[in-house]
Amino acid sequence: MSNTELITLIVGMFAVTFGVRYPLLAFSRRLQLSGTVLRLLAYVPPAVLSAIIFPMVLQPNGELELNAGNPYLYAAVVAVATAALRAPLVAVILGGMTAFYAARFIILA
Amino acid sequence: MATDPLTTSAKHEFLSGAKHTIPMLVGAIPFGLLFGALATAAGLPLWATLATSLLVYAGSAQFIAVGLVSQGTAVALIIATTFIVNARHALYAASLVPHLKHLRQRWLVPLAFTLTDETYAVTIPRYNRADNSPNKHWFQLGSAAAMYSNWQLCTLLGALAGAQFQGLADIGLEVAMAVTFIGIVVPLLRSAPMLLSAVTAGVVALLCNGLPHQLGLFIGAIAGILAGFTLEQRRGASRSEPS
Repeated sequence: MSNTELITLIVGMFAVTFGVRYPLLAFSRRLQLSGTVLRLLAYVPPAVLSAIIFPMVLQPNGELELNAGNPYLYAAVVAVATAALRAPLVAVILGGMTAFYAARFIILA
Repeated sequence: MATDPLTTSAKHEFLSGAKHTIPMLVGAIPFGLLFGALATAAGLPLWATLATSLLVYAGSAQFIAVGLVSQGTAVALIIATTFIVNARHALYAASLVPHLKHLRQRWLVPLAFTLTDETYAVTIPRYNRADNSPNKHWFQLGSAAAMYSNWQLCTLLGALAGAQFQGLADIGLEVAMAVTFIGIVVPLLRSAPMLLSAVTAGVVALLCNGLPHQLGLFIGAIAGILAGFTLEQRRGASRSEPS
Protein backbone atom coordinates (compact mmCIF):
# COMPACT_ATOMS: atom_id res chain seq x y z
CA MET A 1 0.00 0.00 0.00
CA SER A 2 1.43 3.42 -0.97
CA ASN A 3 1.80 6.27 1.55
CA THR A 4 -1.04 8.16 -0.15
CA GLU A 5 -3.30 5.12 0.18
CA LEU A 6 -2.30 4.69 3.83
CA ILE A 7 -3.03 8.34 4.63
CA THR A 8 -6.40 8.09 2.85
CA LEU A 9 -7.15 4.92 4.79
CA ILE A 10 -6.26 6.34 8.21
CA VAL A 11 -8.02 9.66 7.66
CA GLY A 12 -11.06 7.83 6.28
CA MET A 13 -11.16 5.47 9.26
CA PHE A 14 -10.82 8.44 11.59
CA ALA A 15 -13.64 10.28 9.82
CA VAL A 16 -16.15 7.42 9.94
CA THR A 17 -15.27 6.46 13.52
CA PHE A 18 -15.54 9.99 14.88
CA GLY A 19 -18.55 10.45 12.60
CA VAL A 20 -20.27 7.62 14.46
CA ARG A 21 -19.26 8.66 17.97
CA TYR A 22 -19.77 12.41 17.85
CA PRO A 23 -22.95 13.55 16.04
CA LEU A 24 -25.38 11.67 18.26
CA LEU A 25 -23.71 13.07 21.32
CA ALA A 26 -23.73 16.59 19.90
CA PHE A 27 -27.14 16.82 18.28
CA SER A 28 -29.28 13.90 19.38
CA ARG A 29 -31.44 15.75 21.87
CA ARG A 30 -33.98 15.46 19.04
CA LEU A 31 -33.30 12.21 17.16
CA GLN A 32 -33.63 8.71 18.55
CA LEU A 33 -32.22 5.45 17.15
CA SER A 34 -34.95 2.89 16.60
CA GLY A 35 -34.91 -0.31 18.61
CA THR A 36 -34.54 -2.34 15.41
CA VAL A 37 -31.33 -0.54 14.43
CA LEU A 38 -29.91 -1.03 17.91
CA ARG A 39 -30.65 -4.75 17.81
CA LEU A 40 -29.18 -5.17 14.31
CA LEU A 41 -25.99 -3.43 15.43
CA ALA A 42 -25.46 -5.96 18.22
CA TYR A 43 -24.77 -8.61 15.57
CA VAL A 44 -22.13 -6.57 13.74
CA PRO A 45 -18.98 -7.60 15.65
CA PRO A 46 -19.53 -11.40 15.62
CA ALA A 47 -20.73 -11.36 12.00
CA VAL A 48 -17.86 -9.26 10.61
CA LEU A 49 -15.19 -11.13 12.55
CA SER A 50 -16.60 -14.55 11.57
CA ALA A 51 -16.70 -13.50 7.92
CA ILE A 52 -12.94 -12.85 8.24
CA ILE A 53 -12.11 -15.93 10.35
CA PHE A 54 -13.83 -18.65 8.27
CA PRO A 55 -12.00 -18.02 4.97
CA MET A 56 -8.69 -17.47 6.83
CA VAL A 57 -8.98 -20.89 8.48
CA LEU A 58 -10.80 -22.95 5.85
CA GLN A 59 -9.45 -21.39 2.63
CA PRO A 60 -5.86 -20.48 3.59
CA ASN A 61 -4.76 -20.81 -0.04
CA GLY A 62 -7.98 -19.76 -1.73
CA GLU A 63 -9.50 -23.25 -2.02
CA LEU A 64 -11.62 -25.02 0.61
CA GLU A 65 -9.29 -27.22 2.72
CA LEU A 66 -11.55 -29.13 5.10
CA ASN A 67 -9.01 -31.90 5.68
CA ALA A 68 -6.43 -33.14 8.17
CA GLY A 69 -3.59 -31.54 6.22
CA ASN A 70 -4.70 -27.96 7.00
CA PRO A 71 -2.77 -26.65 10.05
CA TYR A 72 -5.12 -23.66 10.45
CA LEU A 73 -7.91 -26.09 11.30
CA TYR A 74 -6.05 -27.36 14.37
CA ALA A 75 -5.30 -23.80 15.48
CA ALA A 76 -8.98 -22.86 15.14
CA VAL A 77 -10.29 -25.94 16.97
CA VAL A 78 -7.92 -25.38 19.90
CA ALA A 79 -8.67 -21.63 19.98
CA VAL A 80 -12.46 -22.15 19.93
CA ALA A 81 -12.24 -24.81 22.65
CA THR A 82 -9.97 -22.65 24.84
CA ALA A 83 -12.16 -19.57 24.38
CA ALA A 84 -15.33 -21.58 25.10
CA LEU A 85 -13.78 -22.57 28.44
CA ARG A 86 -13.50 -18.84 29.20
CA ALA A 87 -9.72 -18.87 29.21
CA PRO A 88 -8.04 -15.44 28.96
CA LEU A 89 -7.29 -14.13 25.45
CA VAL A 90 -3.55 -14.73 25.83
CA ALA A 91 -4.19 -18.43 26.49
CA VAL A 92 -6.47 -18.66 23.45
CA ILE A 93 -3.80 -17.12 21.20
CA LEU A 94 -0.92 -19.17 22.60
CA GLY A 95 -2.95 -22.40 22.46
CA GLY A 96 -4.05 -21.79 18.88
CA MET A 97 -0.58 -20.85 17.67
CA THR A 98 1.02 -23.82 19.42
CA ALA A 99 -1.50 -26.13 17.73
CA PHE A 100 -0.73 -24.50 14.36
CA TYR A 101 3.03 -24.94 14.58
CA ALA A 102 2.76 -28.44 16.06
CA ALA A 103 0.39 -29.52 13.28
CA ARG A 104 2.59 -27.99 10.59
CA PHE A 105 5.68 -29.64 12.05
CA ILE A 106 3.96 -33.04 12.07
CA ILE A 107 2.36 -32.63 8.62
CA LEU A 108 5.63 -31.47 7.04
CA ALA A 109 7.64 -34.22 8.77
CA MET B 1 -28.90 13.99 49.99
CA ALA B 2 -25.99 16.41 50.21
CA THR B 3 -22.89 15.40 48.31
CA ASP B 4 -19.50 15.60 49.89
CA PRO B 5 -17.56 18.22 47.90
CA LEU B 6 -14.30 16.42 48.70
CA THR B 7 -15.33 13.17 47.00
CA THR B 8 -16.93 14.81 43.96
CA SER B 9 -14.28 17.38 43.02
CA ALA B 10 -13.15 17.32 39.39
CA LYS B 11 -9.74 16.00 40.33
CA HIS B 12 -11.17 13.24 42.48
CA GLU B 13 -13.62 12.18 39.75
CA PHE B 14 -10.83 12.13 37.15
CA LEU B 15 -8.57 9.96 39.30
CA SER B 16 -11.44 7.72 40.30
CA GLY B 17 -12.35 7.21 36.62
CA ALA B 18 -8.77 6.24 35.83
CA LYS B 19 -8.63 3.92 38.84
CA HIS B 20 -11.85 2.12 37.92
CA THR B 21 -10.45 1.56 34.42
CA ILE B 22 -7.39 -0.39 35.62
CA PRO B 23 -8.91 -3.85 34.95
CA MET B 24 -9.82 -2.69 31.43
CA LEU B 25 -6.25 -1.43 30.92
CA VAL B 26 -4.87 -4.83 31.82
CA GLY B 27 -7.32 -6.47 29.41
CA ALA B 28 -6.39 -4.06 26.61
CA ILE B 29 -2.61 -4.56 26.92
CA PRO B 30 -2.41 -7.79 24.86
CA PHE B 31 -4.70 -6.28 22.21
CA GLY B 32 -2.56 -3.14 21.92
CA LEU B 33 0.67 -5.13 21.72
CA LEU B 34 -0.85 -7.49 19.16
CA PHE B 35 -2.22 -4.66 17.08
CA GLY B 36 1.21 -3.02 16.90
CA ALA B 37 2.91 -6.32 16.05
CA LEU B 38 0.33 -7.46 13.48
CA ALA B 39 0.18 -4.07 11.76
CA THR B 40 3.97 -4.08 11.46
CA ALA B 41 3.95 -7.64 10.14
CA ALA B 42 1.24 -6.71 7.64
CA GLY B 43 3.65 -4.17 6.20
CA LEU B 44 2.39 -0.93 7.75
CA PRO B 45 5.23 1.51 8.44
CA LEU B 46 5.68 2.61 12.07
CA TRP B 47 4.12 6.04 11.47
CA ALA B 48 0.97 4.49 9.99
CA THR B 49 0.65 1.98 12.83
CA LEU B 50 0.95 4.74 15.44
CA ALA B 51 -1.30 7.14 13.50
CA THR B 52 -4.03 4.51 13.33
CA SER B 53 -4.08 4.14 17.11
CA LEU B 54 -3.78 7.90 17.69
CA LEU B 55 -6.51 8.96 15.25
CA VAL B 56 -8.89 6.02 14.87
CA TYR B 57 -8.62 4.63 18.41
CA ALA B 58 -11.05 1.74 17.98
CA GLY B 59 -9.62 -1.68 18.84
CA SER B 60 -11.66 -4.17 16.82
CA ALA B 61 -11.89 -1.89 13.77
CA GLN B 62 -8.11 -1.47 13.82
CA PHE B 63 -7.61 -5.24 13.92
CA ILE B 64 -10.06 -5.81 11.10
CA ALA B 65 -8.39 -3.09 9.02
CA VAL B 66 -4.99 -4.76 9.43
CA GLY B 67 -6.51 -8.10 8.42
CA LEU B 68 -8.02 -6.49 5.33
CA VAL B 69 -4.82 -4.61 4.44
CA SER B 70 -2.85 -7.86 4.60
CA GLN B 71 -5.32 -9.40 2.13
CA GLY B 72 -5.08 -6.52 -0.31
CA THR B 73 -8.59 -5.16 0.24
CA ALA B 74 -9.55 -1.84 -1.41
CA VAL B 75 -9.23 1.25 0.80
CA ALA B 76 -12.89 2.26 0.34
CA LEU B 77 -14.08 -1.17 1.47
CA ILE B 78 -11.88 -1.04 4.59
CA ILE B 79 -13.33 2.37 5.48
CA ALA B 80 -16.88 1.07 4.92
CA THR B 81 -16.16 -1.93 7.14
CA THR B 82 -14.75 0.38 9.83
CA PHE B 83 -17.99 2.33 9.76
CA ILE B 84 -20.11 -0.79 10.23
CA VAL B 85 -17.86 -2.25 12.94
CA ASN B 86 -17.92 1.02 14.91
CA ALA B 87 -21.61 1.71 14.40
CA ARG B 88 -22.29 0.30 17.87
CA HIS B 89 -20.56 3.36 19.31
CA ALA B 90 -23.65 5.26 18.22
CA LEU B 91 -25.56 3.24 20.84
CA TYR B 92 -23.15 4.34 23.51
CA ALA B 93 -23.33 7.95 22.40
CA ALA B 94 -27.13 7.80 22.36
CA SER B 95 -27.30 6.43 25.87
CA LEU B 96 -24.85 9.07 27.17
CA VAL B 97 -26.84 11.99 25.77
CA PRO B 98 -28.98 12.53 28.89
CA HIS B 99 -25.83 12.71 31.02
CA LEU B 100 -23.81 14.97 28.75
CA LYS B 101 -26.33 17.30 27.16
CA HIS B 102 -25.48 20.16 29.51
CA LEU B 103 -21.81 20.17 28.41
CA ARG B 104 -20.16 22.42 25.84
CA GLN B 105 -18.62 21.25 22.55
CA ARG B 106 -15.09 21.47 23.96
CA TRP B 107 -16.13 18.65 26.31
CA LEU B 108 -18.26 16.69 23.86
CA VAL B 109 -15.54 16.45 21.19
CA PRO B 110 -12.88 14.74 23.36
CA LEU B 111 -15.44 12.61 25.19
CA ALA B 112 -16.90 11.43 21.86
CA PHE B 113 -13.49 10.82 20.30
CA THR B 114 -12.40 8.59 23.18
CA LEU B 115 -15.68 6.72 23.58
CA THR B 116 -14.79 3.01 23.56
CA ASP B 117 -16.47 -0.17 24.83
CA GLU B 118 -14.28 -0.06 27.92
CA THR B 119 -14.76 3.57 28.91
CA TYR B 120 -18.49 3.27 28.27
CA ALA B 121 -18.73 0.17 30.46
CA VAL B 122 -16.81 1.80 33.31
CA THR B 123 -18.52 5.18 33.11
CA ILE B 124 -22.21 4.32 32.75
CA PRO B 125 -22.50 3.01 36.34
CA ARG B 126 -20.97 6.28 37.56
CA TYR B 127 -23.52 8.35 35.63
CA ASN B 128 -26.33 6.17 36.90
CA ARG B 129 -25.38 6.50 40.56
CA ALA B 130 -27.94 8.56 42.39
CA ASP B 131 -25.63 11.23 43.83
CA ASN B 132 -25.80 14.61 42.15
CA SER B 133 -22.11 15.25 41.62
CA PRO B 134 -21.69 17.98 38.99
CA ASN B 135 -18.35 16.50 37.87
CA LYS B 136 -19.27 13.02 36.64
CA HIS B 137 -17.95 13.87 33.18
CA TRP B 138 -14.51 14.21 34.76
CA PHE B 139 -14.84 10.55 35.73
CA GLN B 140 -15.38 9.66 32.05
CA LEU B 141 -12.44 11.85 31.04
CA GLY B 142 -10.20 10.10 33.59
CA SER B 143 -11.22 6.69 32.26
CA ALA B 144 -10.73 7.81 28.66
CA ALA B 145 -7.31 9.37 29.36
CA ALA B 146 -6.10 6.16 31.01
CA MET B 147 -7.39 3.94 28.17
CA TYR B 148 -6.06 6.21 25.45
CA SER B 149 -2.52 6.56 26.78
CA ASN B 150 -2.36 2.83 27.56
CA TRP B 151 -3.45 2.00 23.98
CA GLN B 152 -0.81 4.29 22.44
CA LEU B 153 1.98 2.89 24.60
CA CYS B 154 1.02 -0.72 23.84
CA THR B 155 0.77 -0.01 20.11
CA LEU B 156 4.27 1.45 20.14
CA LEU B 157 5.75 -1.46 22.12
CA GLY B 158 3.98 -4.00 19.91
CA ALA B 159 5.17 -2.31 16.73
CA LEU B 160 8.76 -2.19 17.96
CA ALA B 161 8.60 -5.87 18.97
CA GLY B 162 6.98 -6.78 15.64
CA ALA B 163 9.79 -5.08 13.75
CA GLN B 164 12.35 -7.15 15.68
CA PHE B 165 10.71 -10.41 14.67
CA GLN B 166 9.75 -9.56 11.12
CA GLY B 167 10.55 -13.00 9.73
CA LEU B 168 8.66 -14.80 12.46
CA ALA B 169 5.68 -12.49 12.12
CA ASP B 170 5.55 -13.06 8.36
CA ILE B 171 4.97 -16.76 8.92
CA GLY B 172 2.59 -16.45 11.84
CA LEU B 173 0.58 -13.36 10.87
CA GLU B 174 -2.49 -15.06 9.46
CA VAL B 175 -2.78 -17.64 12.19
CA ALA B 176 -2.11 -15.11 14.96
CA MET B 177 -4.87 -12.95 13.54
CA ALA B 178 -7.29 -15.85 13.14
CA VAL B 179 -6.86 -17.09 16.72
CA THR B 180 -7.01 -13.54 18.11
CA PHE B 181 -10.33 -12.99 16.34
CA ILE B 182 -11.61 -16.35 17.58
CA GLY B 183 -10.70 -15.27 21.11
CA ILE B 184 -12.73 -12.09 20.61
CA VAL B 185 -15.76 -13.70 18.94
CA VAL B 186 -16.38 -16.85 20.98
CA PRO B 187 -17.24 -15.03 24.24
CA LEU B 188 -19.87 -13.04 22.29
CA LEU B 189 -21.72 -16.19 21.21
CA ARG B 190 -23.84 -16.67 24.32
CA SER B 191 -27.22 -16.94 22.57
CA ALA B 192 -28.54 -19.00 19.66
CA PRO B 193 -29.09 -15.91 17.45
CA MET B 194 -25.48 -14.77 18.05
CA LEU B 195 -24.17 -18.24 17.19
CA LEU B 196 -26.33 -18.44 14.06
CA SER B 197 -25.17 -14.97 13.06
CA ALA B 198 -21.49 -15.94 13.32
CA VAL B 199 -21.86 -19.28 11.49
CA THR B 200 -23.99 -17.77 8.70
CA ALA B 201 -21.53 -14.92 8.20
CA GLY B 202 -18.62 -17.37 8.03
CA VAL B 203 -20.27 -19.84 5.65
CA VAL B 204 -21.55 -17.13 3.28
CA ALA B 205 -18.09 -15.55 3.27
CA LEU B 206 -16.64 -18.96 2.29
CA LEU B 207 -19.19 -19.35 -0.52
CA CYS B 208 -18.47 -15.84 -1.85
CA ASN B 209 -14.71 -16.40 -1.75
CA GLY B 210 -14.17 -15.80 -5.47
CA LEU B 211 -15.56 -12.24 -5.44
CA PRO B 212 -13.12 -9.34 -5.91
CA HIS B 213 -12.04 -6.79 -3.24
CA GLN B 214 -13.05 -9.06 -0.37
CA LEU B 215 -16.70 -8.37 -1.17
CA GLY B 216 -17.45 -11.83 0.23
CA LEU B 217 -16.60 -10.51 3.68
CA PHE B 218 -19.14 -7.76 3.31
CA ILE B 219 -21.91 -10.01 1.98
CA GLY B 220 -21.13 -12.64 4.63
CA ALA B 221 -21.30 -10.06 7.43
CA ILE B 222 -24.65 -8.71 6.23
CA ALA B 223 -26.06 -12.23 5.86
CA GLY B 224 -24.91 -13.02 9.40
CA ILE B 225 -26.43 -9.86 10.87
CA LEU B 226 -29.78 -10.57 9.19
CA ALA B 227 -29.76 -14.27 10.18
CA GLY B 228 -29.13 -13.50 13.85
CA PHE B 229 -31.69 -10.73 13.90
CA THR B 230 -34.35 -12.89 12.18
CA LEU B 231 -33.91 -15.72 14.69
CA GLU B 232 -34.12 -13.22 17.55
CA GLN B 233 -37.39 -11.85 16.10
CA ARG B 234 -38.91 -15.33 15.70
CA ARG B 235 -38.00 -16.37 19.21
CA GLY B 236 -39.43 -13.15 20.58
CA ALA B 237 -42.62 -13.71 18.58
CA SER B 238 -43.06 -17.34 19.68
CA ARG B 239 -42.41 -16.41 23.29
CA SER B 240 -45.03 -13.70 23.34
CA GLU B 241 -47.71 -15.92 21.73
CA PRO B 242 -50.29 -17.29 24.18
CA SER B 243 -49.86 -21.06 24.59
